[in-house]
Amino acid sequence: MRYEALTPERKRQIHDLMVKARTTEETAILMNKSGEGFFWIGGPGEEAFAVPLGLQVKKGQGPDHDYLHLHYRGGPIAMAMGVDPLDHLRQMGAKATDPFSGGRQFVEHYAIPEWNIVPVTPTIETQYTMVIGTAHVQRRHGGDGISIVTGGDAGAAEGDIHVCLNWSSRPGQELPVLIIVTHNRWGISTPCTQVQSTRNLNEWATPFGIRNSVVDGNDVAASWDALADAMAYIRAERKPYMLQADVSRLYGHSSASGANRVDEPDCIPLYEERLISEGLMTRAECDAVWERWRAYCKEALEQVRSEPAPDPADIWTHIFAEPAGV
Amino acid sequence: MATLAQGIRLALHYAEENLGLTDVFGEDVGPPLGGVFTATQGIKCAWNSPLDERGIIGMAMGIAFAGGRPVAEIQFADYIFNTIDLLKLAGNMRWSSHGRWGVPLTVMTPVGSGIHGSIYHSHSFESIASHIPGWKIVSPSNAVDAYGLLLSAINDPDPVMYLEPKALMRARSEELIPGEPADARELDRRINAPLGDRSRWVPDWPDVQPHFVPIGEARLAREGHHATVVSYSRMLPLCVQAADQLAHEGFEFDVIDLRTLYPVDMPALRRSLAKTRRLLVVNEDTEVTNYGEHLLRRLTEEFFYELEVAPRLLAGKDVPGIGIAWSLEAASVPQAGDVLEAMRDIATAPGRVGAGEWPLLPQSFFRSR
Repeated sequence: MRYEALTPERKRQIHDLMVKARTTEETAILMNKSGEGFFWIGGPGEEAFAVPLGLQVKKGQGPDHDYLHLHYRGGPIAMAMGVDPLDHLRQMGAKATDPFSGGRQFVEHYAIPEWNIVPVTPTIETQYTMVIGTAHVQRRHGGDGISIVTGGDAGAAEGDIHVCLNWSSRPGQELPVLIIVTHNRWGISTPCTQVQSTRNLNEWATPFGIRNSVVDGNDVAASWDALADAMAYIRAERKPYMLQADVSRLYGHSSASGANRVDEPDCIPLYEERLISEGLMTRAECDAVWERWRAYCKEALEQVRSEPAPDPADIWTHIFAEPAGV
Repeated sequence: MATLAQGIRLALHYAEENLGLTDVFGEDVGPPLGGVFTATQGIKCAWNSPLDERGIIGMAMGIAFAGGRPVAEIQFADYIFNTIDLLKLAGNMRWSSHGRWGVPLTVMTPVGSGIHGSIYHSHSFESIASHIPGWKIVSPSNAVDAYGLLLSAINDPDPVMYLEPKALMRARSEELIPGEPADARELDRRINAPLGDRSRWVPDWPDVQPHFVPIGEARLAREGHHATVVSYSRMLPLCVQAADQLAHEGFEFDVIDLRTLYPVDMPALRRSLAKTRRLLVVNEDTEVTNYGEHLLRRLTEEFFYELEVAPRLLAGKDVPGIGIAWSLEAASVPQAGDVLEAMRDIATAPGRVGAGEWPLLPQSFFRSR
């Protein structure tokens, strides 16, 4: 379905989820700065692309549904799919209650088998090698489930994206993969112009015979439509598609670079202007959404503060499926 | 009487018919070749991958995520090193997700020297593999164990590294795999792909039966009381051969075929060492930070006051590669004569005065560390 055909309720829901993701990220940053959490990394600035992506995922478990191989800026995607900010902040606080890793992983490292979200890894770009495996099973299984992989422009310098392009485009064995690069123009402190010969990385897919395009990831409507088109193609044709989304990186790389706000276009005020001009929301209604999610996150943070750290003996659990005994 | 390669082939056949094995893949694994060592000939779910080790491991992980049961082959362990970060991820998926995701997959790769493989077809991998937590590591030394260990690996809910001794791939087992025809030539006729055009060939599989060698269970290949020799994979037959020779000199050895390197069968090692109080570990990996050093450390800690002589590791020389000239390979990797000499030495060295007079520390002391 195209963006213009969406109901007003759906468009307001997109705004609501963008604010949900942003306020959760900002609360996590606050935890880093206050010492209530360790390393922070995330995806503030990617909401206009990520929320439409999360909402168009065929959510569920098993090869009939979409598999998600996210990277560490996939928070707004997962938020749109239904992740509770409380759980996100539990991981930020490295608490025993962290449902994704039990206090073992950085924040934004989800692992949700019920929604086919495979474990997010801090290694750069390795997810592009694994996505071909879930897509291989889906190709054999049939149906319209697809595998979706996300990563950044800097990480695309790794050879693993070549792995993905090559394996997914073998003649007669094409794989239903949505290959996404969110392009924020930076690799920590290194500008893309120093390390890449082309601005549009999606064009790398062309020699492989893979359809591709680039979209303004700060534009909700354009992102929704680009994703809808790409997904419809992959679901029907069972072939790969590569999509680059140009996005902002509103708090820098991570807490390692300070996690301070930078002067780049912010997709949420841009979307609010659109909703207000179209008469779908008022300024007061927009502000109320922010207040509601900030209050929710504040309450969630209070909850997280009260929860325990993992038991030291927990390091011995889940090494293997059965208890370790050697 | 199957060869080790045939043992693997029969296990893959049994597993695709009975254990839910969905994919056997790697470079040249599918038809027409069926693997550079012929181990995957005739397997219905075998297919050829791009020449891309990172893609092979990533593909296996993705298949496992989506409910499949893959066996992925890296054609030679010498080419697995560019996948180390992916192997680490496979090993920590269950731990890092606090038990929410696991990756039941098997990686099969030929290791070791003995085929004039030169610098890049002779690597060992067990020392590095054992430094990647979350993997189980097995390595057979005969066809029957090759069959039984592979069935257990495929059936395992966690990643298993299956190290194939490439020099033994054509060695025939003394025993039969359950269901295997007694005549080796009949087996060859039925399951070896013909030379030339294979496009219409289908194997005539024998009705092989389940035989699971439990992961973590060593095998006592020879029994004796003069010393304990711990080995596995390609070196194991050399240890057995030396033990048989030294029996004529009046020395009898416990020769333990580990079969599983992780988790290692510590009870079997403890039983033997408590009896012999003399320990020799034999493998062909380079000696520095060698897997055998780990065994020496653990067993020395536990049996320090019991050991009659200094425990010893016989391993490969710590040089950057194995030269293709036979003289160079023989100088780099333990040969039959080296093994014999080391075993005679460990059995005949004068014993330390007072060994065994102090009691062993309780096992709980070591387990808690």
